[in-house]
Amino acid sequence: MTTPSDRRYTREHEWVLLENGGRALAGITHHAQDQLGDIVYLDLPKPGTPLKQSQKLGEVESVKAVSDIYSPVSGEVVEVNAEVVAHPEVVNQDPYGRGWLLRVAISDRAELEGLLSADEYDHLVAKQGH
Amino acid sequence: MTTTLKHTPLFAAHVALGGRIVPFAGWEMPLQFQGILAESRAVRARCGLFDVSHMGRIVVEGPGAGPLLDWAHSNDIAGMAVGRARYGLLCNPEGGVIDDGIVYRLGEQRYLLVANAANMERVLSWVRRWRQERSPDAEITDVTLEQAMIAFQGPEAVGIMERLSSFDSSRVRPFWCMEADIQGRHALVGRTGYTGEDGVEVILPSEHAPWLWSLLQEQGATPCGLGARDVLRLEAALLLHGQDMDATTNPVEAGLERFVKADKEFCGGDAIRRAQKHGVSRKLVGFQTDGRGAVPRHGYAILDGGSAIGKVTSGGFSPTLDRNIGLGYVSPRHATPGARFQVDVRGRPTEAVAVPLPFYSRKR
Repeated sequence: MTTPSDRRYTREHEWVLLENGGRALAGITHHAQDQLGDIVYLDLPKPGTPLKQSQKLGEVESVKAVSDIYSPVSGEVVEVNAEVVAHPEVVNQDPYGRGWLLRVAISDRAELEGLLSADEYDHLVAKQGH
Repeated sequence: MTTTLKHTPLFAAHVALGGRIVPFAGWEMPLQFQGILAESRAVRARCGLFDVSHMGRIVVEGPGAGPLLDWAHSNDIAGMAVGRARYGLLCNPEGGVIDDGIVYRLGEQRYLLVANAANMERVLSWVRRWRQERSPDAEITDVTLEQAMIAFQGPEAVGIMERLSSFDSSRVRPFWCMEADIQGRHALVGRTGYTGEDGVEVILPSEHAPWLWSLLQEQGATPCGLGARDVLRLEAALLLHGQDMDATTNPVEAGLERFVKADKEFCGGDAIRRAQKHGVSRKLVGFQTDGRGAVPRHGYAILDGGSAIGKVTSGGFSPTLDRNIGLGYVSPRHATPGARFQVDVRGRPTEAVAVPLPFYSRKR
């Protein structure tokens, strides 16, 4: 799967896509969902929860494993994707589209500069041997 | 120290199919192919294929074979007709479970014992010890590496097997076996498995394993890995040795008394009878948690009113029931269906209720 070049990535396999009006969507990467396998539960923060970049925001559980999700940016949760809460498998099926996790009001847009581009992220994944 | 992981005769086939390979009990085995949930559903709906060649296979034969196995295994062995198979336990003198496994009676004085891969060395030296001490006229042969074993499971499996071979399901009921001819190739076909579905386990010479695997795949069987095997066996409440029971578990605690022949002398039998008479302080419980929620997993504490009353031994999401299920050990009071307790899911107490086992049983 091609890594979309319209967004930025963390070393912990999350992505963030800037929207209009200082908002952004956040999710986990194709590589992350592929490594986890079938996702069966997402523990995500409620709207209004403050987020800090690189801090744990929730958990994703697959049949085989539990993994922490880290916030790619600082800000506040505006919306939780109800579809992935009800149907976690959507994250496996479409991690960069319908499988987004949170909509966030970003507090510091400059933080995005420190994240990886699609090429840099692909390089990181290749280096990790997958 | 470096350890070399063993490969089954189907390893190349697993890699060619894109299987995700993981180390397991000294072997490199496929964890999954298309995905654990899809594979699990395929077995419940139609049929799936599992490479179980890593399991230990021990032939015990000769005049002393029956008496030897009747001493080492909890179930009635010498009482089986030829062609019969029985599940049971290998216990230490304290009644603790060293391994569990099926014994197939292949002939008047010829038996096959199938052991868990992780316990194979222990089981082999265990039966060799009893041969020396009790049954010198039994011969013990480890045939694991010269054969492959394929579990073909699901509601369509038996019908497909009958079309392809001389296997006859009217004669071979569940927990029976027969020597069958599969398109000119010889195999032992047992109507046994570890999924809670009808199906067969086929043992054949290693060199024919890739052929049978593709033949069954062409018939619509879905290749499945260890992940789906674990999901399916948990739904059927089939215990996993090393996780749901071990050498410190009495079969009475594990609810396995139906696989213990009451009136025979065997290793561990006295301890099991004592446990039956005096009762046990913990019992296996099956539980489900409320809603889809966080998954209860192996090792998590079971709580009542904030204090630990036991541990989860197996837990996971059940695709067939669409909820989280688990097994664990608690006091007999908490092991009664309807009892409520909590599972400590990484610091968050999650409500659970004890339910009757198995979680899933197929329609017959």
